[in-house]
Amino acid sequence: MTGSIAALGAGLAVIGAGIGIGQVGGKAMEGIARQPEASSKIQTAMIIAAALVEGVALFGVVVALLGK
Amino acid sequence: MDFSHILNSKKLAFSVILSVFLSVFACKSFAIQSEKAGVEEKNAKEEAFNPTTAILEHIADSHYWHVGGEVSFPLPVILYTDKGIENFSGAAFEHGAKPYQGKYYTYKLVDDKIRVVGANGEVDKETSKKIYDFSITKNVIAMWIAGLLLLIIFLSVASTYKKRTGKAPKGFQSLIEPVILFVRDEIARPNIGYKYSKYMPVLLTIFFFIWINNLLGLIPIFPGGANVTGNILFTFVLATIVLLVVNFSANKYYWKHIFLPDVPLWLYPIMIPVELIGIISRPFALMIRLYANISAGHIIVLSLISLIFIFKSLLIAPVSVAFVLFMDVLELLVAFLQAFIFTMLTALFIGTAVEEHHH
Amino acid sequence: MGELFENLLNDHLGFVVWALVAFVILLVLLGKFAWKPIMAAITERERSIEDALLKAEAAKEEMARLTNENEQLLKQARAERDLILKEARQMKDQIINEAKEAAQAEGARMIEKASIEINNQKAIALASVKEQVASLSIEIAEKVLQKQLENKTQQDALVADLLKEVKIG
Repeated sequence: MTGSIAALGAGLAVIGAGIGIGQVGGKAMEGIARQPEASSKIQTAMIIAAALVEGVALFGVVVALLGK
Repeated sequence: MDFSHILNSKKLAFSVILSVFLSVFACKSFAIQSEKAGVEEKNAKEEAFNPTTAILEHIADSHYWHVGGEVSFPLPVILYTDKGIENFSGAAFEHGAKPYQGKYYTYKLVDDKIRVVGANGEVDKETSKKIYDFSITKNVIAMWIAGLLLLIIFLSVASTYKKRTGKAPKGFQSLIEPVILFVRDEIARPNIGYKYSKYMPVLLTIFFFIWINNLLGLIPIFPGGANVTGNILFTFVLATIVLLVVNFSANKYYWKHIFLPDVPLWLYPIMIPVELIGIISRPFALMIRLYANISAGHIIVLSLISLIFIFKSLLIAPVSVAFVLFMDVLELLVAFLQAFIFTMLTALFIGTAVEEHHH
Repeated sequence: MGELFENLLNDHLGFVVWALVAFVILLVLLGKFAWKPIMAAITERERSIEDALLKAEAAKEEMARLTNENEQLLKQARAERDLILKEARQMKDQIINEAKEAAQAEGARMIEKASIEINNQKAIALASVKEQVASLSIEIAEKVLQKQLENKTQQDALVADLLKEVKIG
C-alpha cells in the first residue's frame, strides 16, 4: 500500500511540474510570437526555466520513491 | 597524436567487427554452461513475468554485460577487503547461483551485489561491511567505451585542425565544429562572460561525455545499452565536479553574497543557511535531473517492450515497437537536451560565481 | 529507507571512484590534446577571418577614396583644360587682333609713304616739266630774240624799252 501512496506523491509532483512547464512554454510561445527576432534568447531562457521547474518536480518524485 | 587514420582504416574497422563477432561466439560457450542452472529459474520466470524487476534489472549496473538471450559477458570483479585486494572473474558467481571461495572470504552475488557468506551459507552482514566493491562493472566498461570514443573522435579532429590551420572545416571536423561553437557561443559565453575560455575544457568535456553516454545508452545492443547517465552515482560524480569547479572559481563577491548579503541583520540567520543549502542543492538538482530524465526514458522504452510479455501476444508487438520508435526519437532529443541543460546550468553557476558585482 | 543506504559505500564507492578517474583522465587528455588545439585553431581562424574582413573594408574605403580622388583629379584636369583652352582662344584672338592692327597700321603707313612718294614724284616731274618748259621757252625766246634782233635798230629799240622799264630806284 505504501508503494501506491509513493506513486501518488510522484504523480502530484508531476502535476505541478506539468502546470509549471506548460506556463513556461506557453509564455515563451507568446513571447516568440510577439518578437520572433528574440526567439533564440527566449528559447534558451525557456529551457533553463523549464529545467528548474522540472528539477523541483524530480525532487518530489525522488523523495516519493525514497519514502516508500 | 594523430588518430585520424583509425577512422579511415577500413581494414581496422573490419577486424574490429570481426573480433566483436568472435567474442560473441566465444561467449556462447560460456552461456551454454550457465544455461543448465538457469533452466529452472527460466521456467519459473516464464510463468509470471514481473515487468518491474525486469526493467530495474535492465537499468541497473551489473557485474555481467547481458548481450542478448542467454549470452552475457562476465566482467572482472575487484574487491578491496580488509585483508587485501581480491581479483577474479565474475563468471565464478554463475549469476548468483553459487558462492565463490576467494582468497580471504567466500563471496556470493545477492541482487547483483557482492556479499560475504559465512560457513553456514548465510550472508555475513558484519564482514560484508569490510569489503568494498571496485569491480569493473557494466557501467564502468560503458564509461570507458564512451571515453575511448570521445578520445578517438576529438584527437582525430584536433589533428585535422592542426593539419588544416586557417582553412574551412572539412569532413568530420565540420560535424564537430558547430557543436563546439554551440557550446562556446550559446552556453559558455552568454552565461560566464568574458572569462569563459578558462572553463571551456571542463564544459566541453562534461557536455560531450554526457551526450555520448546518453546516445550510447539508447543503443539497445552490445556497445551501448548501459544506463550510465541514468545512474545516480555517475551523475553524482559529475555534480560533485561541478560543485568543486563552481566553488573553487568563486570570487569574493560570491562569498560576500552568501555570508554578508545586503539584507537587514536580523535576516542573517535565515539567509545564510538558505544560501549555504543553495550551494549544495543546485548541483544536487543537476544530479537528480540528469539521472531521472535518462532513467525515465529507459524505463518508458522498457515498459513499452514489456507490454509484449505482459500480454504474451505477438499482436501487441507492432504497437509497442511503434511507440518505442517514437520514444527513441524523443530520447535522441532528450539526450542532447539533458547534456545541454547540464552544461548550461553548470555555466550559469560558474557565471554567478565569477561575476563582478557593481552595487 | 534505511535499507536503501545500507552498504551504500561498500557497493558503490568503487563505481564513484572509477567514474571520477575516468572523467578526470578524459578531462586531462581531451583538455590537453583536443580542446586546446581545437579552440586555438577556431579562435585563430575567426581572428584571421575578422582580419580579412577588416582589410577588405579598408581596401573598399581606400578604393572609394582613390575613386574620389581620381574624380577630383579628372574634374581638376577638365577645369584646367578649359582654362587653357580659354586662354589659348584669348591669345589667338589677341594675336589676330594685334596682327590686324599691325597690318592696318602698316597699310596706312605704306599708303602714306606711297602718297608722299607720289607727291615727291609729282613734284619732281612737275619740276622737270617746269625746267623743260623754261628751257624750251628760253630757247624759243632766244630764237625769237635772235630773229627780232637781227638788225641794229631793233636792238637799240629793245635796249631803250628795257631801259625804260628799268628804273633806278
